[in-house]
Amino acid sequence: MSNPTRLHLPAPPARPGEVPDFSYVHLSPAGAVSRPEIGARARDLGSLSTELVRVLDDAGVAVGPWHPHLDPTELQVGLRHMLLTRIFDERMQRTQRAGKISFYIRSLGEEAVSVAQCMALRPGDMLFPSYRNQGLHITRGIPLVELMNQLLSNTHDMCKGRQLPVMYHSKAGNIFSISGNLATQFPQAVGWAMAAAIKREDHVAASWIGEGSSAEADFHHALLFASVYQAPVILNVVNNQWAISTFQGYAGGEQRSFAARGPGYGIAGIRVDGNDFLAVYAVTQWAAERARIGAGPTLIEHVTYRAAAHSTSDDPARYRAKDDAEHWPLGDPIERLKQHLIALGEWSQERHAALSAELDALVAASWKEAVTHGTMTEGPRLDADLMFEDVFKEMPEHLLRQRELMRAERGAK
Amino acid sequence: MANMNMIQALNSAMDIMLGRDPSVVLLGEDIGYFGGVFRATEGLQRKYGEHRVLDTPIAEGGIVAAAIGMGVNGLRPVAEIQFADYIYPGMDQIASELARIRYRSAGEFFAPVTIRTPCGGGIRGGQTHSQSPEAIFTHVSGLKVVMPSNPHDAKGLLITSIEDDDPVIFFEPKRLYNGPFDGDPNKPAVPWSAHPKGQVNEGYYTVPLGKADVVRRGAQVTVVTYGTMVFVALAAAAALGLDAEVIDLRSLVPLDVDTICTSVKKTGRCVVAHEATRFSGFGAEILALLQEQCFWDLEAPIQRVAGWDTPYPHAFEWEYFPGQERVKKALSLVMEAA
Repeated sequence: MSNPTRLHLPAPPARPGEVPDFSYVHLSPAGAVSRPEIGARARDLGSLSTELVRVLDDAGVAVGPWHPHLDPTELQVGLRHMLLTRIFDERMQRTQRAGKISFYIRSLGEEAVSVAQCMALRPGDMLFPSYRNQGLHITRGIPLVELMNQLLSNTHDMCKGRQLPVMYHSKAGNIFSISGNLATQFPQAVGWAMAAAIKREDHVAASWIGEGSSAEADFHHALLFASVYQAPVILNVVNNQWAISTFQGYAGGEQRSFAARGPGYGIAGIRVDGNDFLAVYAVTQWAAERARIGAGPTLIEHVTYRAAAHSTSDDPARYRAKDDAEHWPLGDPIERLKQHLIALGEWSQERHAALSAELDALVAASWKEAVTHGTMTEGPRLDADLMFEDVFKEMPEHLLRQRELMRAERGAK
Repeated sequence: MANMNMIQALNSAMDIMLGRDPSVVLLGEDIGYFGGVFRATEGLQRKYGEHRVLDTPIAEGGIVAAAIGMGVNGLRPVAEIQFADYIYPGMDQIASELARIRYRSAGEFFAPVTIRTPCGGGIRGGQTHSQSPEAIFTHVSGLKVVMPSNPHDAKGLLITSIEDDDPVIFFEPKRLYNGPFDGDPNKPAVPWSAHPKGQVNEGYYTVPLGKADVVRRGAQVTVVTYGTMVFVALAAAAALGLDAEVIDLRSLVPLDVDTICTSVKKTGRCVVAHEATRFSGFGAEILALLQEQCFWDLEAPIQRVAGWDTPYPHAFEWEYFPGQERVKKALSLVMEAA
């Protein structure tokens, strides 16, 4: 069809049947980006928001000023959390396909973001996740059984059956309740951080959204409030290139990096290789320290790739090249950390296989335990009375009445 | 005539309007190349081009605002909000802007925007994919509010909405996309091909706004309903062996007051049923209207059937949903009263 208009319509680099092309992703060599002083003013951070902070080079060697010099045992913990996240995801995906849970969202290929960031933060720091940050819960040590109970909406579900699968929370673990509505948590994290500053506490808040969700007004509210009050907050845009079927160009990524929106608001912006565990850890440590000393907020763009479907309701073969993920220039976060540890002499294929088997067994055993608390179709069920609780702190008269009606209705069946 | 489910009927309506009127444009999240998460716009970008069927950023406020601007500049936009649960970031643009542009500019500016959005539960969508917020929009002066219950009406009502120079919020009960649903999730799904309303004219036709459909004539009691609850109400009345008159409103604004009142004056008894929550729900408006216009004809207090006044819970979907039991209870109450 002829095209007489001047409207620009972003087009992804490859549709189904076409050859994947990631030449649009601006890369910097590992170790090439300088590391500013933690207290540097946002206006003095140079090209930090447009370059790409990377630590691991192609041979798996850690290089440059952002090298966090972590102890190998810490790296092994990171590898374990990432691998557990992936194995958990795979198993839950199959469970959904088998009809045992109604819905699931994997974080395949993005595990380093949640795991490295959580490890670089303190337990008292408050997390405001999106629905693709299960690595935060795993790294904070939330037992898999608790996550599975939520997925099953069973009698031990932390949400008491009210939320769609993956919308976890952990009051004790300082992880906020996940919303199905996009980007709402971003400005809420800023408010939490403002409260920490008002109360003179040195806790930091961190929040995550996808690059697609950065289109919502709440993204801009978050940046504006963070800038005005210089709130101790880390705002993360996980740029996994795809928002269901629309690629990052439809969130404005064609013209400028997402990290570059930080400087536009007077906030430090850093663009980091989201599949490089060490780089993600290092920039998070930098941003957290910056927030803690009162030097202000940081916007971090994690350049990564959504290697799986958006959710179990999605089929990416309809809108992107099938082998896209294999061509992604920044590789796989687990493979890269594994390679690094092997290069350090601190890991081996054998140990990796053994760990994988151990985590497989852990996931299987956790599932076995979770289903004893009920599934959607079998075993004990939550009491339907719970539906009426927590709408308000005290149940008002009209809900008490409706609860009676509901009980009678169930009795009548 | 062709067999169509509701998605195909909506697609056909948009296809026909894109073809008939070069000012019609579609915009929304995932609606272009992908064809929409429910496939309602499948094939339309390929057929009419990327400038007529636009993918947008994930920004409902931006989608509505851009549609307003396009409408003011002579286009006739049909915006999709992926789920009604996600319409709230667009609320300021809808309630303060879209609804009032004609009024505040003394009729000199207007934006003929249609906003399509899937609503309602019954698909295991949890609290963020199940809501029925139609009453909120009926409370905003200047908006028309439509909710079809079948493919035939969906197509004709959507064409009328697109052609309407006033803004229309067009709710699509997603549980009815593939077939009529009588409220029993354990029964095998019935496809639209097995229902007369799944027979759809392939060409252009309209169904007027403000004209309710009496889907069943009856003498004993009137059931006023719309959307998902139409087939639930029919099944409940049948289960009780009642000769019920069942009215499918099709549009809430404008409202077909005549059809409702004529029926209630005849039967003297009425149940109002919707899936949305009860408190300040659209049922309250119907009850007030009947009290004003039919008070002396009523044989019994009018009953309301609705969702409970809680968010839509994932695990208790069928305890929450106003199924046949709840309708039967209400029907029994209005029939028992002297």
